[in-house]
Order: sequence, then C-alpha cells, then structure tokens
Amino acid sequence: MSTQTAETTAKASPVRHYSSLGSRVFDTLNVILLGGLALITVLPLFYVLAGSFATEGEISARPFFLWPENFVTSTYAFVFANDTLLRAMLTTIVVTAVGTVLQVTLTFTMAYPLAKRYLPGRTLMLNLVIFTLVFGGGIVPTYLVVRDLGLLDSYWALILPLAINPFYLIIVKSFFQELPQALEEAARIDGCNEIGVFFKIVLPLSKPIIATFSLFYAVAIWNDYMSPLLYINDNQKWTLQVLVRQLTSPDAANAIGSLDSVAFFPAEGLKFAVVVIATLPILCFYPFLQKHFSKGVLIGSVKE
Amino acid sequence: MATDLAPPATKAASKDKRPDRLPVRTALLRYRWLYLMLIPGLVYFALFKYLPMYGLTIAFQDFVPFLGYSGSPWVGFKHFENLFTGPDFGRLLFNTLFLALLTAVFVFPAPIIVALLLNELRIGVYKRFVQSLIYIPHFLSWTIVFSLTYLLFSVDFGLVAGWIHSLTGGGAKVDYLAQPEWFRPLVILQLLWKTSGWGTIIYLAALAGVDPNLYEAARMDGAGRRRQFWHVTLPAIRPTIVVMAILTSGNLLDQSFEQIWLLTNSLNRSVADVFDTFVYYVGVQQGGYSYATAVGLFKGVAGVILIFGCNWLAKRLGQRGLF
Repeated sequence: MSTQTAETTAKASPVRHYSSLGSRVFDTLNVILLGGLALITVLPLFYVLAGSFATEGEISARPFFLWPENFVTSTYAFVFANDTLLRAMLTTIVVTAVGTVLQVTLTFTMAYPLAKRYLPGRTLMLNLVIFTLVFGGGIVPTYLVVRDLGLLDSYWALILPLAINPFYLIIVKSFFQELPQALEEAARIDGCNEIGVFFKIVLPLSKPIIATFSLFYAVAIWNDYMSPLLYINDNQKWTLQVLVRQLTSPDAANAIGSLDSVAFFPAEGLKFAVVVIATLPILCFYPFLQKHFSKGVLIGSVKE
Repeated sequence: MATDLAPPATKAASKDKRPDRLPVRTALLRYRWLYLMLIPGLVYFALFKYLPMYGLTIAFQDFVPFLGYSGSPWVGFKHFENLFTGPDFGRLLFNTLFLALLTAVFVFPAPIIVALLLNELRIGVYKRFVQSLIYIPHFLSWTIVFSLTYLLFSVDFGLVAGWIHSLTGGGAKVDYLAQPEWFRPLVILQLLWKTSGWGTIIYLAALAGVDPNLYEAARMDGAGRRRQFWHVTLPAIRPTIVVMAILTSGNLLDQSFEQIWLLTNSLNRSVADVFDTFVYYVGVQQGGYSYATAVGLFKGVAGVILIFGCNWLAKRLGQRGLF
C-alpha cells in the first residue's frame, strides 16, 4: 500500500497551499478527528493486550488501563501449560498451513486451463463457475454433503468445502490471460507439455499473485468460525476461533468446565489472553497483509 | 508426437475456425494435459457446489437422512406454505430488511466520509499512519470482534458498559449483550469498527485517479478549497459510490452469518434471527432439514433476483453494470 499511498498523496494533493483561517481550522480538526478514529480502532486491542498481562485482581478492580500495575505472565504460563489450549493452537496452525497450500494449488491449476481461450468447453465451465457466485445450495444441503462424505469431526471439513473460492479463481484466470503468450509458446516449441509450461514458465511469473492469494486464503481459514461451528463437535478438535468464542461469551462457564482443571485458573485473564493469541499472528503478518490485500481489492474491482 | 503436444496457437490466433467444433475425441486427446489440470477443480465444484444444489430438492420432501434423497417422501410446496403462512417469515424478513436499512444509512456512508477526510490530509506520513491503523480490524475474525464487544460491553466487567453506567449516574446495570433493543446498535457498531477503515481503499483509489490539472483549472477559475471539493473531488468518486451502492443492495439479504450468530443468544433471538442464522438453527441444530432448506432456497432465489435486478437498474441508470 505504501507505494500506492505515496501516489495518492502526490496526485490528489498537488502542492495546494491554503492559508485562510477557515482552511487551517479545518485541517487541524481533520487531523484530530482522524487521529481519534485511529485511536478508537486500536484502543480495544491495547486494552486486551494489557489485560492479558494483568493479575486477576487488577482486571476486576481497575476500570481501564493500558499498562498493568503488576506485570505478570502467569496467564500465558497457564495457557502454554494447558493441553486444550495448546491443541487448539496447533490445530489452527496446521489446518491453516495445509489448507492454504491445497487451496492455492487447486485454484491455480484450475485457473490455467480456463485461461486458454482455445480450449473446447471452456465457456461452459466458466459459466458453471460464475453461476456459483450468485447461487448455491446453502447451509443445510452443503452440511448434508459434508456429512455423507464422512467428514464431520474431521479437519478436512475445515478445508475441502472451501477449497476453491470462485471469485479468486476468476481473478487468477484473468491474470493468466494477461501473461505474454510468447514465452509459453517458445517452451511448447521446445517440446514442453502444458503441465511443464505451467510449472516452468507460468508459475515463476506468478509469484506476486501467488503470495497475494496465499494470504487471502490463509487469513480466511485462520479466521473461519462457521466451518468448525457446522462440522466439528468434538471439543478435542476445536480451533482457536471456537476456543475464543467458548471462553469469551456470556455462557463461558460451560466451556471453562471442559478445560483441564488445575489449581490456578485465571478465569478473567484467560479471556484477554486467548484474544491476543488468536490475533497476534494476524498482526505479525500485518505489513504483508496490508500490502497484498489492498492490491487484491483493486485487482478485483478492476476486473468487475 | 511433437505436433500432437503443441496446442494450435496459430489456429487460436487466427480465430477463423471455432475450436468448439473439434470432434470431442480429438479435443480431449490434443488438450489432455489441460483437461487433466481441470479435473481436481471440477471435482471440487461438482462435490461442494453442484451436489448441494441437487440437495435443494429436499425442500420439496420430508427428508429423512436414513431414506436419503431418493427415498424420502415428496411433499410439494408444503414447507414453503408453512414458511409463508407461519410466524417465522415476517420476523425473518423484517429483521433482515431492518438491518439492511440501518447498514445503508449508517455503515455505507462511513468509508466515503473517512476517505474524503483522509484525502484532505496534507501530511503524507500521518495519512499513511492513520490508514495503517484503521485497516487493522478488517483482518480480525468476527469471533475476535465479538470477544472485544463482550469485553467492552458485558454487564459484569465490560469496560464501556461500566463507563456508561457511572456517567449516567448509576442505577440498574444494562446488559447490552442480552437486551433485544441493544442488538441492532451493537451490530451497526461492530460493522462500523470493522469495515469503515478498510472500505476507504476503493474510494481512495478513485480519488488518486483524479487528474491534478482539474484542481489546477478550478483554482485558476477562482474556486476555493470548498468549491474544489464540491466540483472536483465529489464528482470524481460518484461512479464508485454508485457501483458500491448497487453491490450492497444486491447483497442486502446477506448479513454476515458469523457476526449475527455470535451476537445471538436466547434472550435476543426474536430480533436477531436472519435467514442464514435461522436456517442453521432449525436445520443443523434442530434437524429440521427440509424446512430449513426451503427457507434457504427462498433466500437464495430472492438473492439472485436482487442481484440481477440491481444490475439491470444500474444499466438503466447509465452505469456500467457488474456483468
């Protein structure tokens, strides 16, 4: 985004000098207003972070703080010693990694032949894909298919039903269509078959867009709550999002009862800590996410 | 063999012969690698997109899992009659449309306003700093958004709930998460927090495309800052606003399932239920497969009509349609 923003700034405000009083008052108010907006956005996150390092007593006693009086790590010590919590973290990481690789592989392999205008049957297949963007079987029929395939309570249920996002597929297809055909044809003349062309020529040219869609898919799986809600009943197979929901909801008591009981139980701090743990990976990748996602939004809007 | 492997790039380029006319066997043989690459994707669409569409037939059956799709008794439009004559339909439609209306009034304009304000910022570094911060919530899950709402508004220890309580001079504590009248304000608040920052991107891109000469010309003609805003900046993003409005109204039956479901509880269900959450509740949790599928099918068909209707309307209004 940084480059785009730089352009934005350069283009949209070409050295405009306003010195009138009203103009300066507006500028000042604008700076304050947008600063306030940014604060409202991040303050809840800071509060949660601070709460995760605070003692149980401080959370219930002080109404608000951005730095705990007694900085303790006992909540995290509890989290990283608790089987249920560790298992949820590991599950989420593995499902996200495997799912992203599978989704990107399937999307790109299917997009490539669909980008070949001369391929007989291409129009029919494209229309079948586009139709799924406006209409689908919906929640119950999809649930029944997943159940009939024996995927209930299987990690695959979190991946396979979402394996290809039709919208991404169409964007990748359009990207492949824009690639210069000369290189591909040179490789074909050298005796390469289509799969060889795809791996040797097309994929190396697509690295940036592969990165973009990997992030799209990874964030979607990491954040997915609906799939585990629908398909996973076994609390041994909970993902982080389910755990966050179970621990921070008005009926949290039930969920806490299912955690392995130990002498020290940070009931309040835990609510803050799980939110931090589920958010942290997203924030760690945030610079990449911001860059690639804003690019993605603009690709999508151009192609519409 | 070599001629066989090489796709007829020349033929495709000349476009004089429709390739679709190739005999099926020749085509399959000539493009076997391309068709091979299609197979995994086609299997996915068949299994997880088109098989569920076939499964919609259970909306016209009294589906019993044991009997399957073919063995369950057909009942025609019974479930649709129950839906339209029963108490659920009016409530679901009202809740859905009311939320859509609130979203259109409060959530839709927010990113436009923020983008216009950002556009007026003259300090590039500060602008990028604000952007970086307000984009963050877009990447957080609805679960996280709900948890934050819970930590801020819970009746026992909610931070904001506590502030409001002491500011309004005590009295009975309000349970924002349970009381039906607070459900819709919370939905809108969550949407504002999560989407109004990220939503600016598309408008900022449109604003970045404005020709600086237009501002220059306007200044030459004596337009001050305010008039430049009304006559250059605002017209520049009007097409984008129209397209976004069409997109939004085409999807107005689609509230985020996760957002609504997470905020729903036994106390606010009467105002919270929208089509998708109702389908999940009745179909998956209570096992009323056929009735829930009928509700889902109604919503799906209405959604298609809305999308095509909005597209048609857009073209009538002289806008570039979406398809």
